[in-house]
Amino acid sequence: MKPASSVLLLTTLTGFGYGLLAWLAVFALCGGLPDSRWFLPVAVVVALAFAGAGLVASMLHLGRPERAWRAFSQWRSSWLSREGVASLVTFPPALGFAVLWWLQGPDSAVAIILGLIAGALGLVTVFCTSMIYASLKPIRQWHNPHTAPDYMLFALFSGAVLLALLLAAWTGKASMAALVALAAAIIAGIAKLAYWRFIDAQPPLATLASATGLKEYGEVRPLDAPHFTENYVLREMGYRIARKHAAKLRRFVVFAAFLLPAVLAALAALGAAPLAASLVAALFTALGLFTERWLFFAEATHVSTLYYGR
Amino acid sequence: MTSLPQPAPNAKKLGLVIDLDTCVGCHACAVNCKEWNTGGHSAPLPDHQPYGEEPDGVWFNRIHSFEAGCGSSSKTVNFPRSCLHCENPQCVTVCPTGASYKREEDGIVLVNADICIGCKLCSWACPYGAREFDELAGVMKKCTLCIDRIYNETLPEAEREPACVATCPSRARHFGDFNDPESKVSKLVAARGGVDLMPELGYKPVNKYLPPRKASIPTKPQEQGGGTGNALLRLLDKVLSR
Repeated sequence: MKPASSVLLLTTLTGFGYGLLAWLAVFALCGGLPDSRWFLPVAVVVALAFAGAGLVASMLHLGRPERAWRAFSQWRSSWLSREGVASLVTFPPALGFAVLWWLQGPDSAVAIILGLIAGALGLVTVFCTSMIYASLKPIRQWHNPHTAPDYMLFALFSGAVLLALLLAAWTGKASMAALVALAAAIIAGIAKLAYWRFIDAQPPLATLASATGLKEYGEVRPLDAPHFTENYVLREMGYRIARKHAAKLRRFVVFAAFLLPAVLAALAALGAAPLAASLVAALFTALGLFTERWLFFAEATHVSTLYYGR
Repeated sequence: MTSLPQPAPNAKKLGLVIDLDTCVGCHACAVNCKEWNTGGHSAPLPDHQPYGEEPDGVWFNRIHSFEAGCGSSSKTVNFPRSCLHCENPQCVTVCPTGASYKREEDGIVLVNADICIGCKLCSWACPYGAREFDELAGVMKKCTLCIDRIYNETLPEAEREPACVATCPSRARHFGDFNDPESKVSKLVAARGGVDLMPELGYKPVNKYLPPRKASIPTKPQEQGGGTGNALLRLLDKVLSR
């Protein structure tokens, strides 16, 4: 599948944003945030800015972006529509969380309840995003039990890294969030390794023989293609460029997205230059997860390309 | 509404039967499809660089050729590929706007180009690669089963069939109602063992493909040597063959 940068940005940035929102709610509930009326509102704005940037990027993927509002209508059947609805519904309670915290301080129960609602809705949005991919039967690398939990884990991981950075920037000290980021990096990394193991062992969904209904004649081989140049189906679904670099890129993802952030988060948790460590960890997490998402598309194969012998 | 309709009790199930035994791979169906539909319901079907280095464009019907089997029983099979108007079309249910829909009355799967946002998700959901994106209009396009021919009262009744069916010189394409057991398409499927493409994916395609017949016509082995012509020509043949 062609990795369109708009979709890669959408899925990684909303992961950072809604992941951060979820952790802010949890830390607010547990009293793990700085005793300041400003930290939480600023952090919520950062979370919504990440999510909003992802949603704006996704509009660039559309052939007719001016009609994007129509995507809110089919939530009964379409995960893409549900994603749109959930992403917007998250904003009012998140803003309420920030405003009430600012007005009433960290003891405001209503603020924390609104925060928990917003955090949950944010994670629902990430789940809807993951189900867009997990529900597509023609793509075996997406339509499997790994996709949805992986998206949730990556969102919680990137959100924790971002929270650790914000806390380090605010207090200049080691924080609980760095420990959470360390644990999340390890769990998310293991999940990604398990995913690759799974897709590498997966049998193909169909064969050219079943795709043509010619099973009883034995093996079926492509002879002549309908056209000599690429068409939409081949460009969109038959994307092959740089799939050959997949092994190298997988190693880069393990290093940049999970290993290095885990080490840096451990340093930050121990109090060794928490701000610098958290900042570098966040930058590498972003770069690593963007590459991870690129691979998620580039390594995905679509059954329709069987007709072209791909 | 992109939820699938409950078919009415007297609803039709319109679709095609494609006979892989008689298809000669001439591409006439693809060309007539393009010709009709570039002025029809989903018009236009744009072309990019039609006379250039990398010609490309939107087509609803693409003709592949495959080799099946090995040895003397192997076949060369020409294989037209287009929308199968599935009974369980995921391309419809994934649509976030309701632009992609399945008609209750006859099961035809269509795109409403006026509300399509061009997210391309429907094309990802189709295992048959039947949908093609119109980059110029920014919307998805697909086979309409020539809805503007089959119900077109300005056409003579005999011409109210899809363009691909009307034009096929070897009568390898048939159009009709699969809900009517007496229709030509139902009878053909029953008689010839019509099959679904990729039944394992569960889309329940309406269009059926008739597999090539296994019977082959016995032919005499070709004669060896100069069995023809007179002595002079045989000699000439020998000399020239040296």
